[in-house]
Amino acid sequence: MGLILQQTVFYAFSAILLFSAAMVVLSINPVRAVLFLVLAFFCACILWMLLQAEFLALVLIFVYIGAVMTLFLFVIMMLNLDIGPPRKGWLPYLPLAVLVLGLFIIAAVSALKPEYFDPDVYQVVTQPENYSNTKALGAVLYTEYVYPFELAAVLLLVAIISAICLAFRGKRPGGKAQRISEQLVVRRKDRVSLINMPSEKK
Amino acid sequence: MIRIYDFKGVSNQEKKNDFSKREYSVQDLLLLVWIVAKVLLVVICLLGVVAYLTLAERKVIGFIQSRIGPNRVGPQGLLQPIADALKLLQKEIIFPTASNKYLFIIAPILTMTPALAAWAVIPFDQGMMLANINAGVLFLFAMTSLGVYGVLISGWSSNSKYALFGALRASAQTISYEIAMGFALVGVLMAADSMNLQEIVLRQQGGIWHWYWLPLLPLFVVYWISAMAETNRAPFDVSEGESEIVAGFHVEYSGMSFALFFLGEYANMALLSFVAALLFMGGWLSPFEGIPFLAQAFAWVPGIIWLILKASFFLFLYLWVRATFPRYRYDQIMYLGWKVLIPVTIVWIIVVGFAIQFGVGPWFSH
Repeated sequence: MGLILQQTVFYAFSAILLFSAAMVVLSINPVRAVLFLVLAFFCACILWMLLQAEFLALVLIFVYIGAVMTLFLFVIMMLNLDIGPPRKGWLPYLPLAVLVLGLFIIAAVSALKPEYFDPDVYQVVTQPENYSNTKALGAVLYTEYVYPFELAAVLLLVAIISAICLAFRGKRPGGKAQRISEQLVVRRKDRVSLINMPSEKK
Repeated sequence: MIRIYDFKGVSNQEKKNDFSKREYSVQDLLLLVWIVAKVLLVVICLLGVVAYLTLAERKVIGFIQSRIGPNRVGPQGLLQPIADALKLLQKEIIFPTASNKYLFIIAPILTMTPALAAWAVIPFDQGMMLANINAGVLFLFAMTSLGVYGVLISGWSSNSKYALFGALRASAQTISYEIAMGFALVGVLMAADSMNLQEIVLRQQGGIWHWYWLPLLPLFVVYWISAMAETNRAPFDVSEGESEIVAGFHVEYSGMSFALFFLGEYANMALLSFVAALLFMGGWLSPFEGIPFLAQAFAWVPGIIWLILKASFFLFLYLWVRATFPRYRYDQIMYLGWKVLIPVTIVWIIVVGFAIQFGVGPWFSH
């Protein structure tokens, strides 16, 4: 039953993956397109899980689905995009589209030749039950690949700093930012003064 | 045995193998039935917990505010959750005309499902769990991070400004606090040297001072604050702040579809309380471990009782906090998440790293 179950899971989720990937391109509503992309990611996670790559699968879920796509969705929902009828005049772009598609198909076919997927040659590595995918990945990532790993981290840091630089236009005069340290050092005499007034005579 | 890539057809040898496997199929079917039965058991218990958590919430807050709370339905009001459930079942489900129908229906389901799915890896006692997987903590974290989609989709598909505001607030808040919570969990993983929840509990053996709340105290506090923010509970409930945006993301929902949001929220509260008990409070381990006479006196108590007691304490904390603190302002929530909690976790992760390197105390010297 294990085999049948795995095949069922594989084919079901592959079918959903292909369908949702197609719908990402075909749906007119951008929010729906993003939601289909999320579904596609989720199906890809399941396929990775079948390959016993549980660390990558779960990280894909909480980094890409849980954080990146949420922000994506967030931005698209805020943009309030005008969903009108599809624009006309696509004919001039058709030759370019066909050319790009043709190149892509050639690249894909040459990269994904059937002989690379021969089950007799390329055995899927199966690991014992107590094998920790995470530990294996960590052991390689922090030794052999530490240099590219750190480079990627620095690249992301540069991207963050540049994004902040683009968005930050300096402090506006008269802004109402809360300064907690200043609030905490305030004493009563800074804000209130007690005035002694003799009561008036009638 | 994994051979899912058999596109070219199965070889004869394998066909024979498949054929001979058929005699085991009854056994396999029984296994499947057994697994489904266990899942049902967990889900039914969970629904009971959720139902009585709502009653407990009203009672506890009632007593804190010097009221009695619901006491009309059944003895001491004990049947109140059942009355509430029946009421919600009978109510009409209203679909706003301008809403996106499919997404409007899917959203509450998307809130509920991850909250239930995460329970698959929770160990209730040693060996008493649905799935003992190596990456248990990661699975938990992945499932809780999926919960935000229900909120976002419900807010957008309702086609209502209040709902959209609530959804945007909720998602921004969840993402911010997920980082702090993730770092807090990283500290636990480092200390336990494992992502398996059972392993993490077993690493805390040796009495109350060996539990991770002590060496990881800052992370424990950060985890608990983020847990409250993740579930959008008071004082972080700006996503449904009724004085500003009516009810937030679920303003257009009624009847059973509203009840699903409610169930999802309470199931998540129970989940994060159990996780807190497992990761920081020694899970099912007895608090009297290592104390000469008390340890023997309480040896007969099954581990699951200890776990439930600890989780109940955390659930009570949720209610206590809700009745005690006023709601945070939105910018204060962001300030707390990004400028206080995340720096604290990063500093403490470095401290834990040094502690592991030098084998400090009874916690890190293995």
